[in-house]
Formats: sequence, C-alpha cells, structure tokens
Amino acid sequence: MNPLESNKTYQNYVDKKSPNSPILKNCFNAFWVGGLICTIGQIILNICIERGFDTQTSGTIVSILLIAISAFLTGLNLFNKIGKFAGAGSLIPITGFANSIVSPAMEYKSEGYVMGVGGKMFTVAGPVLVFGISASIIVGIIFLIFNTQNITLV
Amino acid sequence: MENINWANVFDWMQLLKCFITGGIICIIGQILIDKTKLTPARILVIFVTTGTVLGGLGIYQYLVDFAGAGATVPLTGFGYNLAKGAIEAVKETGLIGAFTGGIKAAAGGISAAIFFGYLAALISKPKMKKQ
Repeated sequence: MNPLESNKTYQNYVDKKSPNSPILKNCFNAFWVGGLICTIGQIILNICIERGFDTQTSGTIVSILLIAISAFLTGLNLFNKIGKFAGAGSLIPITGFANSIVSPAMEYKSEGYVMGVGGKMFTVAGPVLVFGISASIIVGIIFLIFNTQNITLV
Repeated sequence: MENINWANVFDWMQLLKCFITGGIICIIGQILIDKTKLTPARILVIFVTTGTVLGGLGIYQYLVDFAGAGATVPLTGFGYNLAKGAIEAVKETGLIGAFTGGIKAAAGGISAAIFFGYLAALISKPKMKKQ
C-alpha cells in the first residue's frame, strides 16, 4: 500500500474502508456502557454518603476515582478498546476527560517528560477547560447582575 | 469499618434512573459523533459548555435531582458543577466569586486528572507504529 499522498486521497480511502457506521448498534452500546459508568459512579456516591461525607465531597470523590481508573486504563491501552466498542459511552462520562488527557501525553512521550508529556496533556482537555471555565465566569457575572440587590465590585 | 446500610447503597430505582439518564446523554453524544463531522474534542467542549449554561439557568439541577450520578458523571455534569460553584461563590463574595467559585468546585476532578494523567502517561508503554 502506498503512503497516502494528500488529504483528499486519505478521505476517499477512509470512506472506502470504514463500514457504514451502524448508528443503532453504536447508540445501543453507548447507552449501556455510558449508563453503566454512571451507575458505578452512583454506587460509589452512595457508599461515600453512607460513610458520612456530604454530597459535594462525595461527588468530588466519585470524579477523582473515575478519573484515576480511566487514566490508568488508558495508560495500559485498555481504554481505547472500550472506546472503540462503546464510542460516546466512554467518551461523554468524565472517564473521557481523563482519557483525553492521557492519550496525547502518551503519544508525545518521546518528546520528553516536560514538553512532551507535560505539554501535550492539554491538547484536548485545554479547550474543554477554557470554554467550561469561561462559561462559568460568565454565569457567575450574569447571576451577580440579575440576582443580587447591591452590586459592589469586591 | 463503619456499618454501611447496603440497602441504601443499592437503591434499585435510583440506580435505574441513573443508568437510563446517563445512557441517554451518551446516546446524544453518539448521534453527534455519527451524524456530524464534529471531532471528539469539539463534542467534549460542547457538552461541558452546554452543562455550564444549563447549570447557570437552573435547568440542570432538576436532572441532577432526578438522576444523581447519571447527570453529574457525564461531562455536562462537570459544566453544571462549574456553574453551580460560581453562583454559590458569587452569593458569598460577590464578583470575585465568579472567578474563584467554578474552579474551586471542580478542583478535585481537575487536579486528579492532571496528577493521575501524568502518572498514567509515565507508566504507559506507547505503541510503536510500524514504518
């Protein structure tokens, strides 16, 4: 097989090789894998609440555990197998956020531990944080304008 | 180990609601992947931003009350968490809260993602691509 010369030929090649994605099957797999990940989160959450943590802290513990698990599954090359099968089912839960940090970091490991791993970690997660945090600041400011009587600058 | 009431942990009705809601949110993501040319990165951005906006409008709270982790574990829940943190901090400290509250609420998740992400990348063995 020749190397693929341009984007155009590459696109044609991809279109020819990739099967017409069976959307119903994909959605079904995304549904149950995504649902299962959320259910695991809910079970961890319930255990934390039973042990006496408040809801906010329990939610944080759930995020940390799910992120840690999926980060190491990505490092062991297991997560991409789940991802191939489940599509959005593993991408949309917070596991996908962890995966989006580890994958590029692994890929650029050869460029060194500071600029390679440390720098490329945020190629996908960076935009997520930029837009999420910016939106939250705007939400906070709008709330300040509409919901508090005496607006002060500090 | 304290006594845990396992009946409360495995509340089947709650787990079912969580499963179905989380699953449906993932189906929306899957439809976006299959039917549009959006890259996964853009889809993640769309989900977080949507969650922040819905959280700010107070709509997402209903979904969280209904489905628990089914609404908070997907990335829309991450956005909801940011918005909720910002609003609560604004109530306490005013304008400065808009800048501190969001990150503060999501700090655990972000720090864990950075720390464990770096560790996992260190121990990983990258697949060598055959030339």
